[in-house]
Amino acid sequence: MAYTEEELKKELETKEYEYGFYTDIESDTFPPGLNEEVVIAISKKKEEPEWMTLWRLEAFKYWKEMKEPEWANVHYEKPDFQAISYYSAPNSKPKYDSLDDVDPELLDTFKRLGISVDEQKKLTGVAVDIVMDSVSVATSFKKTLGEKGIIFCSISEAIREHPELVKKYIGSVVPKRDNFYAALNSAVFSDGSFCYIPKGVRCPMELSTYFRINQAGTGQFERTLVIAEEGSYVSYLEGCTAPSRDENQLHAAVVELIALDDAEIKYSTVQNWFPGNKEGKGGVYNFVTKRGICEKNAKISWTQVETGSAVTWKYPSCILKGDNSIGEFYSIAVTNNFQQADTGTKMVHLGKNTRSTIISKGISAGKSQNSYRGLVQINSRADNARNFSQCDSLLMGNECGAHTFPYIEAKNPTAMIEHEATTSKIGEDQIFYCNQRGIDTEKAIALIVNGFSKEVLNKLPMEFAVEAQKLLEISLEGSVG
Amino acid sequence: MDLKDKLISSFMAFENNVDVEHSVHDVRVAAMKNFEIKGFPSKKEENWKYTSLNSLQKTDFSIFPKQENTLEYKDVKKYFIHEIDSYKIVFVDGIYSSYLSETTHDGVDICLMSSALTKPMYKQVIDVYFNKIASKDESLTSLNTAFSREGAYIYIPKNKMPKKPVEILHFATGNEASLLLQPRNLIVVEENAELQVIERHQSLTSNEVLTNSVTEIFAAKSAIVDYYKIQNDNATASLIDNTYIDQKDKSLVKIHSFCFGGKLTRNNLNFYQNGEYIDSTMKGVTILGEKQHVDHHTLVHHKQPNCESHQDYKGIYGENSTGVFNGKIIVDKIAQKTDAFQQNNNILVSDKATINSKPQLEIFADDVKCSHGCTIGQLDNEALFYLQTRGIPEKEARALLMYAFANNVLASVRIPELKTRINKLIAKKLGVNLGFDL
Repeated sequence: MAYTEEELKKELETKEYEYGFYTDIESDTFPPGLNEEVVIAISKKKEEPEWMTLWRLEAFKYWKEMKEPEWANVHYEKPDFQAISYYSAPNSKPKYDSLDDVDPELLDTFKRLGISVDEQKKLTGVAVDIVMDSVSVATSFKKTLGEKGIIFCSISEAIREHPELVKKYIGSVVPKRDNFYAALNSAVFSDGSFCYIPKGVRCPMELSTYFRINQAGTGQFERTLVIAEEGSYVSYLEGCTAPSRDENQLHAAVVELIALDDAEIKYSTVQNWFPGNKEGKGGVYNFVTKRGICEKNAKISWTQVETGSAVTWKYPSCILKGDNSIGEFYSIAVTNNFQQADTGTKMVHLGKNTRSTIISKGISAGKSQNSYRGLVQINSRADNARNFSQCDSLLMGNECGAHTFPYIEAKNPTAMIEHEATTSKIGEDQIFYCNQRGIDTEKAIALIVNGFSKEVLNKLPMEFAVEAQKLLEISLEGSVG
Repeated sequence: MDLKDKLISSFMAFENNVDVEHSVHDVRVAAMKNFEIKGFPSKKEENWKYTSLNSLQKTDFSIFPKQENTLEYKDVKKYFIHEIDSYKIVFVDGIYSSYLSETTHDGVDICLMSSALTKPMYKQVIDVYFNKIASKDESLTSLNTAFSREGAYIYIPKNKMPKKPVEILHFATGNEASLLLQPRNLIVVEENAELQVIERHQSLTSNEVLTNSVTEIFAAKSAIVDYYKIQNDNATASLIDNTYIDQKDKSLVKIHSFCFGGKLTRNNLNFYQNGEYIDSTMKGVTILGEKQHVDHHTLVHHKQPNCESHQDYKGIYGENSTGVFNGKIIVDKIAQKTDAFQQNNNILVSDKATINSKPQLEIFADDVKCSHGCTIGQLDNEALFYLQTRGIPEKEARALLMYAFANNVLASVRIPELKTRINKLIAKKLGVNLGFDL
């Protein structure tokens, strides 16, 4: 690929988090704290209709009654929810018609991230809806999409312009009281993406949103809703980077996917938020609820590459409601230094002939802890359900940990379930083999890790795969003793 | 009065019957305190997520049987592995039956916990080993510790091996409408010694029985322990078995669980590897029907380098039965070169049966080989067809296939007579006569 040894060498020299810079844009930020007024204020700020405000308030009511979950295999200082500011928007409103109008400083940020918007527009055919601190500031390719009847916009815009769709589907997969962080998100979500693919339409390009946390002390509460109507197809990309910051930042997103009969949704994520420095200070808390529902013959495929965040708590799930529906989960989770990750998936088989595949690759280095937690549930009416799970862990150094907590529940005699898990380290003979051929140890490790994660990397769209591969190498660099 | 309150008040009555001056009694009192605080585990606890003790707690169990009961050997002969000679420690309604037992003090001690806990000559061993590896935190183990008085006591000194296997049998006669038994066993196998044990719990009527048993096994350097648990009880008998094993350098402990019946069976096997080059093996065959429930909980804690552990559990679940497998392997940071393997295969033969499996790994060392596999599936239709084309009726063909499925576990049974017995039990359970001994 277009990635040479020289480039890698240069990257290895810059050992610190290279995306750790901070763009200074005047922000319209709420003072820290959370109460009903803040919820109402957010809703007002977004010019939302009344039903939405009430919806948020109801979620807030549930949230107040809930407790933070303790069951995950992670240890962290609990965030103080009253010390977070719940709304922040870049000031440079109103919205732009073309990229030229966008704040040059903003564009510069993206350039440093390697996401040249123009380049992407021209070369990759990716429509980019950039979310910079909660408010969409640049939207592209909208016209092309519009011709096909595809709606791809920010969720606040969708609430204003397509209330009937939002009202019907929001909270239908992840209910308001689903869990602590989902309830919080439902109450205070600032923005996010909305995507609607009409019946029988195959989305001609990869839809992509780049999330960034930019304002100091602002939690990011994204809400994503993807609806694929009967027989449609969409591939959705989500990628994240965040600036270096000392205090912990909270990210509690909710993603809901709805795949109606015969539809297919492919959801890919590359997550590289600030993982904290070498001493484990700072870093993003990532508590995400992602879930999709499959109707008849539908398919949802989650692919994720997780290299960032100090604490991750994330289980993209599929509810295989319709007969013959398919759920897939491909994941690479890399933890280094003091990172902690507790991720996995849930596959709930309700319909007949449903199939699911889980491939999870965990790589732990430094003093990090990496857990896979998954559930495969075959309900009594899910005849001929099929599941294959594979969880492999790679350990580097003897101060890290790899854990597996798979739950397998079968209530149907026709179910076929296979689960496999292995834990290993990089063999000395493998490294020796590479060394013999003139490949230094660091590069050899990168090679082996890439091979280890290939099954998942292959599932990513091309341009993401390159980026992900790069990320893997950067996040593991310096971890070999 | 619920069961917990009843147990707490019974403890006072219990204290009148034991030597409260003995150092063991402090252990009992501390354990009772822990049980008072914790109570019975509920489904909210992760370890009891799939097993509910609610219905058992509603039963009014007799905690101390009112009368001594005797049994005739001919009536219970079939429950012994009578084809071979063995030492026997037999309890009837929780009380030692000297008539049915055969104990020894000839070089090895195969006798009773009640003597070990009271006679001064055993005090040294009791002080060193009693309640040392058993959990002081887990509430049901604490409950057993609080009421510990009777059970099997086996001490094998250095370089010894008893001439024959030891059978431990617990009979419930049904003279009580519902009975709670809490046997407490201590097994110490010293350096280079060897021991074989067969344990069985049997209820003779359909009156309800709950057994909450705790066994502590200490395997010293190079010791070998072979332990077989036969669980083929009535549909009204429940068993909670807590076994704690402490292993030292180069020791080998193998536990086989054959689980063919019982209303609720919970097996907690806890292996602690406190030495190097240890081998721990757990194997199990489970064949269930009716509304039976089995929960296999295993823990292997690898605390030192160069050790191995092997787990192989096969389950066949029919009718309304429920099976749970929860295997946990912990590998400490210093336990490099660990080789841990865990396998759980299940066949569901009825649409009302349920399996919940959770093979769990917690690994903190990098140079290890840890893997687990879990499958849930059906019998291979093609294999079934193959057998049928050769004139084997479907029922027998199915049984043969299930047999083959479980055979891996049976192959490692080292007492041939026991193997034959288990084969017969399996054939009976599958309802077929294969006409040959496998």
